[in-house]
Amino acid sequence: MAEHAETETGERDQRVRFYQVGSHVVGNRLLDPEQRTVQARMDRSNTLTSGHRACRGCGEALGARYVLDAAMRASEGKLVAANATGCLEVFSTPFPESSWQLPWIHSLFGNAPAVASGVAAALRAKGREDVRVVGQGGDGGTVDIGFGCLSGMFERNDDVLYVCYDNEAYMNTGVQRSGATPPAARTANTKPIGEHPGNAFGQGKDMPRIAMAHGIPYVATATVSEPHDLERKVETAIGLRGARYIHVFVPCPLGWGAEPRDTIKLARLVKETGLFPVFEAIDGEVTGVSKIRRRTPVEEYLRPQRRYAHLFGEHPRPDIVERLQAIADRNIREYGLFGDGSEEEVGW
Amino acid sequence: MSAKPYAITLDVGSSLANKTGSWREERAVYVDRMPPCNDACPAGENIQAWLYEAEEGEGGYERAWRKLVEDNPLPAVMGRVCYHPCETACNRGQLDEAVGIHSVERFLGDEAIKRGWQLERGAEPSGKRVLVVGAGPSGLSAAYHLTRLGHAVTIRDAGPMAGGMMRFGIPRYRLPRDVLEAEIQRILDLGVELELNHKVEDVLEAMREGGFDAAFLAVGAHIGRRAYVPAGEAERIVDAVSLLEGLEEGEKPLLGRRVAVYGGGDTAMDAARTARRLGATDAVVIYRRTRERMPAHDFEVAEAEEEGVMMRWLSTVKHFEDGKLLLERMELDEGGFPQPTGETEELEADSLVLALGQEADLSLLDGVPGIEVADGVVEVGPNMMTGHAGVFAGGDMVPAERTVTVGVGHGKRAARHIDAWLRGDEHEPPLRHELAGFDLLNTWYYSEAPRAEQPRLEAVRRASSFDEVVGGLDESNALFEARRCLSCGNCFSCDNCYGVCPDNAVIKLGAPGERYEIDLDFCKGCGLCVAECPCGAIEMVPEET
Ligand SMILES: Cc1cc2nc3c(=O)[nH]c(=O)nc-3n(C[C@H](O)[C@H](O)[C@H](O)COP(=O)(O)OP(=O)(O)OC[C@H]3O[C@@H](n4cnc5c(N)ncnc54)[C@H](O)[C@@H]3O)c2cc1C
Ligand SMILES: Cc1ncc(C[n+]2csc(CCOP(=O)(O)OP(=O)(O)O)c2C)c(N)n1
Ligand code: SF4
Ligand code: SF4
Ligand SMILES: [Mg+2]
Repeated sequence: MAEHAETETGERDQRVRFYQVGSHVVGNRLLDPEQRTVQARMDRSNTLTSGHRACRGCGEALGARYVLDAAMRASEGKLVAANATGCLEVFSTPFPESSWQLPWIHSLFGNAPAVASGVAAALRAKGREDVRVVGQGGDGGTVDIGFGCLSGMFERNDDVLYVCYDNEAYMNTGVQRSGATPPAARTANTKPIGEHPGNAFGQGKDMPRIAMAHGIPYVATATVSEPHDLERKVETAIGLRGARYIHVFVPCPLGWGAEPRDTIKLARLVKETGLFPVFEAIDGEVTGVSKIRRRTPVEEYLRPQRRYAHLFGEHPRPDIVERLQAIADRNIREYGLFGDGSEEEVGW
Repeated sequence: MSAKPYAITLDVGSSLANKTGSWREERAVYVDRMPPCNDACPAGENIQAWLYEAEEGEGGYERAWRKLVEDNPLPAVMGRVCYHPCETACNRGQLDEAVGIHSVERFLGDEAIKRGWQLERGAEPSGKRVLVVGAGPSGLSAAYHLTRLGHAVTIRDAGPMAGGMMRFGIPRYRLPRDVLEAEIQRILDLGVELELNHKVEDVLEAMREGGFDAAFLAVGAHIGRRAYVPAGEAERIVDAVSLLEGLEEGEKPLLGRRVAVYGGGDTAMDAARTARRLGATDAVVIYRRTRERMPAHDFEVAEAEEEGVMMRWLSTVKHFEDGKLLLERMELDEGGFPQPTGETEELEADSLVLALGQEADLSLLDGVPGIEVADGVVEVGPNMMTGHAGVFAGGDMVPAERTVTVGVGHGKRAARHIDAWLRGDEHEPPLRHELAGFDLLNTWYYSEAPRAEQPRLEAVRRASSFDEVVGGLDESNALFEARRCLSCGNCFSCDNCYGVCPDNAVIKLGAPGERYEIDLDFCKGCGLCVAECPCGAIEMVPEET
């Protein structure tokens, strides 16, 4: 009935859409069930089930369930995951319990992409290419220690979807910096002291771009604040063969000094500020970006996080905030994140 | 082979054994909050709830209408004439523009007429009889609600037709009479008895004679307030209410080409706009204060101006002679009160219409013990009962804002109290929920959606006919408008809480509308579901430690 109403009046100035909820909530009673997210379904897999020991409001736990539930549905339940060491593994599988409701292998900290490649090779050898393989890990496991074998996996175009849950530091071992930690952020080993407090300004490792440089079939970024967008990307990735990479931004209340209830808000703001461009790329070429709906200064994103408290405290550093704003502005220019392209064209 | 996997010394198990709910310091709790629209509606409509039904389109319209008429039996009228305080309060107004509640209400009201939806009676007959005096909105509303509660109702009205000021005040170009008649008839069809041309002179006498157990009085305020204007014998001075009433009864008032209207309320606007339609080339409203201080609603002033009505602010009428009005210019003092300046000017006029407010004719209460009258209106308690047991009153004749909607609300409230009183009981109004303020919403989740505008008759056609000025929404833009509602404070089954919980601690109970439950075995109390609920229908409550 819903789509019917839309086509009938499609020519009008004011088309009947799904206001009040538009395309942004998880479900929507006015939408055809097939158009709601997987997360809205009563029969979602809950691949990561309750009882896990993630912190309150953990973005990584949420992101992993979003990704794997969508992948389970897209692969009709034929899915294996290889998981690097890190919070996601530690909080989900304290011996002898497991929160995983799919075949799941724990690799080492540094070799999840290689283990996933091996699983894919084994399945191919057994003629079971209907079973799909996901490799996953944190930003440390992905951009630092697992980097070599991930690059190899890309280069060989192994039939693996690799997902990085980026919480911007080594959280499991006590919040040490990684190659994905943003400039100025405080971590256990980038203290807010001296002339240049927090993490150094530099190139960091822009993993999605490095993945694109390998020319693999599919690269995408996403956040836990937009499940429609995230799920669509996972579904697209599962629909393709070869090496695929999705980089999911997952706030960490503990490591960032943020309120647990703000996890999704921060994920939303990182995209709305332009600090984290949400896009997808096919064969190394950017094919779509999620536009900013409500352009927001970076300060609004930084302030609720204690890892940036030194920028606003007694000795504020507007100069540093400005440099961070410049990064956001550059992303907005480079990816065309703002302007034209009405809201309707974004997302699903 | 061992049943246990290799190198495992304990039985493998699910983390479901680990009740992480024990970490919790606060818990998430579902609530229903009071939407600002409902809170502001004088008729006590559950607006959010009927919009929710209407959002489904086709199948939902009748359910929406049925929900609406639980409180207000006149939606097609109300969607046209109500000044919609609900929209002033609407949270969406802080996001872009308020939801066009009145236009959806009107659409539903018109659909009901078109499709012949009928009202339902409700309770079993109680054997009690109630007299309602006055067939205006307040009396009609009371009659409707009393009938639904099982009582036998007779309405007596002094006039030749039902409707009160909805018929003899509000002009046709704002409220077409077929709409009014259809909604009145539907109330009468419930079995309400209507006795027209029957003025009640003495209420106690009428109750005794007719064997009524209670009475609800809603006689309105019909006597046009006069101001002393020294005038020559030949000058035509009429009051606005008599003018509008006469017109409705088929008179053709002779106002001439140049008509001056004295007053600054909605009645003045209606009188001036009516004069234009009757052929006046000049219709001038004379008011002693400024436009900002005019009691007339902005839309009325704007529509009058569009129709060529002219305004003379800061002026009083001193004198009317030889077709000339002598006006004195006023100035506002610090308190905002108009003070004479001594400066005068002349204005040519064939007639002067006084629109200076109305007073109630309360003669039917003369000598009734216990009745208290202050400032020309009858005092009533919170239960709408006058000082005389069993005699209730509402609408324009009691101290309150004088609108159709307030009248309808009084009628409903009185009916509930009369019902309780007749049963020897007291009616306890339900507790009001906490207000769902704008700050409780997460507006990210709502799409941009500009308000659907109602069509309007072009000004040239307006000045020459009594055709309805403001048109209704059609099926598609009414649906669009209904869907702009944010559902403040009330779950609309968006599944956000179910989706965003990192601990799967939100249990979805079923199809949309069946809502959710928090699984306290696993809720860690992070507050994400609360933060991401678009409409503020969940709250965090501290755990007792
Ligand atoms: C020109 C004009 C325009 C208005 N426009 C609007 C508007 O756009 N929106 C809005 O909300 N409000 C408007 N109002 C106000 C609104 O019409 C009144 O507030 C409302 O009608 C009051 O309802 P009521 O039931 O109290 O009385 P009324 O509607 O006045 O009805 C009283 C009824 O009682 C009858 N009656 C009186 N005495 C006796 C008696 N002794 N015995 C038997 N019957 C009796 C009368 O004949 C009448 O039918 C307008 C008023 C006027 C004058
Ligand atoms: C070779 C090796 N070095 C170090 C460790 C210790 N270790 C385990 S997890 C981890 C950091 C994980 O960080 P990240 O990959 O970002 O995941 P997060 O915990 O942040 O989700 C480290 C340093 C290890 N397990 N193996
Ligand atoms: S958005 Fe809907 S529920 Fe909220 S105040 Fe407006 S009409 Fe009422
Ligand atoms: S999101 Fe889940 S864990 Fe957090 S408060 Fe709500 S129900 Fe509890
Ligand atoms: Mg990390």
